[in-house]
Amino acid sequence: MTQSSSAGLDAALASGLAADEYALIVKRLNREPNAVELGVFSVMWSEHCSYKSSRRHLAKFPTSGPRVIQGPGENAGVVDIGDGQAVVFKMESHNHPSFIEPYQGAATGVGGIMRDVFTMGARPVALLNALRFGDPSHPGTRRLVAGVVAGIGGYGNCVGVPTVAGETNFHRGYDGNILVNAMCVGLADSDKIFYSAAPAAGLPVVYFGSKTGRDGIHGATMASAEFDTDSEAKRPTVQVGDPFAEKLLIEATLELMASGAVAAIQDMGAAGLTSSCVEMAGKGAVGVELDLDAVPQREENMTAYEMMLSESQERMLAILKPGREADGQRIFQKWGLDAATIGRTTDTGRIVLRHHGEIVCDLPLAPLTEDAPNYDRPWTEPVRQPHLDPAHIPAPTDWEAAVLTVMSCPDVASKRWIWEQYDRHVMADTVEDSATGADAGVVRVHGSAKGLAVTSDCTPRYVSADPYEGGKQAVAEAWRNLTAVGALPIAITDNLNFGNPERPEIMGQIVKAIEGMAEACRALDFPVVSGNVSLYNETNGAAIPPTPTVGAVGLLADYDRRAGFGTAKTGDTLLLLGVSRGELGSSLYLRECLGREDGAPPPVDLTAERRNGDLVRNLISEGAIQVVHDLSDGGLIAAAAELALASDVGVTLDATSAAHAHAFLFGEDQGRYLIATAAPDAIIDRAQAFGVPVATVGHAGGEAFVSGPLFSIPLARLRDAHEGWMPGYMDRPA
Amino acid sequence: MRAAVVVFPGSNCDRDCKVALERSTGADVTMVWHQDTALPAGLDLIVLPGGFSYGDYLRCGAMAALSPVMTEVKAAAERGVAVAGICNGFQILCEVGLLPGALLRNAALRYVCKPVDLDIVNTQTRFTAAFGGRREATMTVGNGEGNFFADEATLDRLEGEGQVVFRYKHNPNGSSRAIAGIVNPAGNVLGLMPHPDRAFEPALGSADGALVFQSVMASV
Repeated sequence: MTQSSSAGLDAALASGLAADEYALIVKRLNREPNAVELGVFSVMWSEHCSYKSSRRHLAKFPTSGPRVIQGPGENAGVVDIGDGQAVVFKMESHNHPSFIEPYQGAATGVGGIMRDVFTMGARPVALLNALRFGDPSHPGTRRLVAGVVAGIGGYGNCVGVPTVAGETNFHRGYDGNILVNAMCVGLADSDKIFYSAAPAAGLPVVYFGSKTGRDGIHGATMASAEFDTDSEAKRPTVQVGDPFAEKLLIEATLELMASGAVAAIQDMGAAGLTSSCVEMAGKGAVGVELDLDAVPQREENMTAYEMMLSESQERMLAILKPGREADGQRIFQKWGLDAATIGRTTDTGRIVLRHHGEIVCDLPLAPLTEDAPNYDRPWTEPVRQPHLDPAHIPAPTDWEAAVLTVMSCPDVASKRWIWEQYDRHVMADTVEDSATGADAGVVRVHGSAKGLAVTSDCTPRYVSADPYEGGKQAVAEAWRNLTAVGALPIAITDNLNFGNPERPEIMGQIVKAIEGMAEACRALDFPVVSGNVSLYNETNGAAIPPTPTVGAVGLLADYDRRAGFGTAKTGDTLLLLGVSRGELGSSLYLRECLGREDGAPPPVDLTAERRNGDLVRNLISEGAIQVVHDLSDGGLIAAAAELALASDVGVTLDATSAAHAHAFLFGEDQGRYLIATAAPDAIIDRAQAFGVPVATVGHAGGEAFVSGPLFSIPLARLRDAHEGWMPGYMDRPA
Repeated sequence: MRAAVVVFPGSNCDRDCKVALERSTGADVTMVWHQDTALPAGLDLIVLPGGFSYGDYLRCGAMAALSPVMTEVKAAAERGVAVAGICNGFQILCEVGLLPGALLRNAALRYVCKPVDLDIVNTQTRFTAAFGGRREATMTVGNGEGNFFADEATLDRLEGEGQVVFRYKHNPNGSSRAIAGIVNPAGNVLGLMPHPDRAFEPALGSADGALVFQSVMASV
């Protein structure tokens, strides 16, 4: 058996591979890889590309269902929405690059996720983002917020896809490692989905898009390592985005697909040319031979290693049908894109690269994908927090201050400063967005009565306290937000952000969060169709709070039959659906008003969740209710206050019969909806007939937010607190 | 009505304009590629759509102004054909010299997307006649460089000649005298930053934009 040399091993370790992984490579090849080959292995076997720590656990997710056309494993998930149409979507992280270079890191995150969607043949129609920043008082936070938001807007606005929804949290646990998760949703004809598997040998491999430069080399490897204080030195591994090139790439790609010339197609994302050609040839069980001299290059004297590992943006790889190269050239020329035939598929099962006439890489494809490590990393059961009895949690001494504290805290305060920087209206199909007072964004399916509802959700403080319940809750809240606008939840994408999986307590978070999410997905018929795992989110050994973000899509049969919470009127009765036990563990009240982050999170009763949600959705689709808001962060207080502000009408809550008013008003019990209606009796009857607990909790009217005798806050004051925090924070003099 | 929407590389409201025109006026809309050297015959309206033509690199609208099709657009404008430049289209019209002034970076130095309430300053133009007696409209803006600027003499002339058509009630971007839209002296070339193509039916939050297109139709 071939032994590995110490020089080879050192190079492997430097490239991010482990010693036993290198030994496996040498054994498989029966020789040591050269530098290019080692580079190919190092990116294909990186955590980012191989999911080596999470693969066996991801298998626990339900991934199929009557609507699912394509589950995980392709560039994006594909779900049938009837009438020959499909929705195509995925969420992906760009955490490490965004921390190092916030504008470009976030911008290229948006660009990358859009490519994943249009690569499948879909036109992108909506963008979302889930952002987690460090504590507002941390010296780096403001700069990161400003850069990330400008980068997301700068890219999405230019390409012309509306950014319609998202979420933003601040917590010191992200001080050294922010999270930037971007989601793209596209529409395609369900019989015109494009895949990456090369269908045959002897077909031309065509590169098109931007030229290849030296940016982003080893980005996938960087994304698979922890940060330390030298991370600033990794700036050159962050790619630079060109949204104008992306816009041209979308149009050229969709035109090329419509021409009938495409046999298989793949974008060049993480691990660039390496990953795209290995996956295309590997999935098609063929081989591939490339002439690297033909690759359009932006810089002189690029080595084979650099070309194969570059993560230059806005590049595509297509395998064309025989004799169709001229169609490609015509379209690429029209859109002003660089393009070249850089190789052919073969029947060898190998990847062969030539550069300057010499073979610089000759590897069997199978080990790159099939033999990628699949670890069963040791994990420990997370320590659960005890349940908190509301009787032992102090009530506010100053109720008005407590309400204003929660409504102006960074996690609840209006994010207008952020979303006004995003074009939410381009494509002229947006009917609900971050500005409109609805629990999910809604875009029309162009030219039809249908609508797509989209949301992104995770409550990291719950996942920290109990990864299993927190995982369940992330899925349930996404399902609830879609339901609250009247949509039928159809599928999710997930973006699992965790620390170092080689630490058993972190691995425990991963395992239990996935299991909790999977249970909720099964109970709610909410399959996972795509996803992304981002591990090693640590700086100097401190891991982020576990953050499994759920991006979810729902279908409205008629977008006019939907609900929001911005149209409550004077005289409306407020009904609360669901059970209120006064769960204060890991609540915002506890954190913001009492400075505590302990206690078990509210449990999710998935049977009740589904029953309550099904009733709400039925009532909306019948036109019986139009004003609905789900209860989440900040409980009934936050939901009622947001409804009052969005509707510009006062709200009075009656908490006088509650055993513990603070637990009733601030408790974050799950599976609940607040409804405003002028005809409460009929709704109460329906709820009782459906077995859904229902209570009258107040009414709309006046110009104040009131719960006598606890507090009465003029709406203008509440609005100032809610709207004022973020501009006050971002625009104050440095 | 026959209309054309010019498509530049980086235009992203071209389809929106086509759909808005079709739904609000039933117009026959042709998409014209920026490298075309001829326009369809018999046009009543040419729309330069919003977006980021040429990525807004160099300067917004600067490179699009040099596209081959713009020679034809200028000639048509001089013949009296109605031309509407929306957002990036407004920037292009300024760059090509069909409208005075320039669109600068927003005063807050940030992109801004929000609904805006507008005063209709001149209700007698080819683009506002269908508003009837209405003096107010609501549309949305989405721009990073929407801050209209011209020297004082030009601004005075625009005001004095009735060339200011739309004015923001609450200036979102620092535009001189809160100007949102202007016409040329002949009244057949309109530039406006708010998007009528995103406000052409109630489901979008406002249908006022349809009236801009219906005004043109009523004039032909």
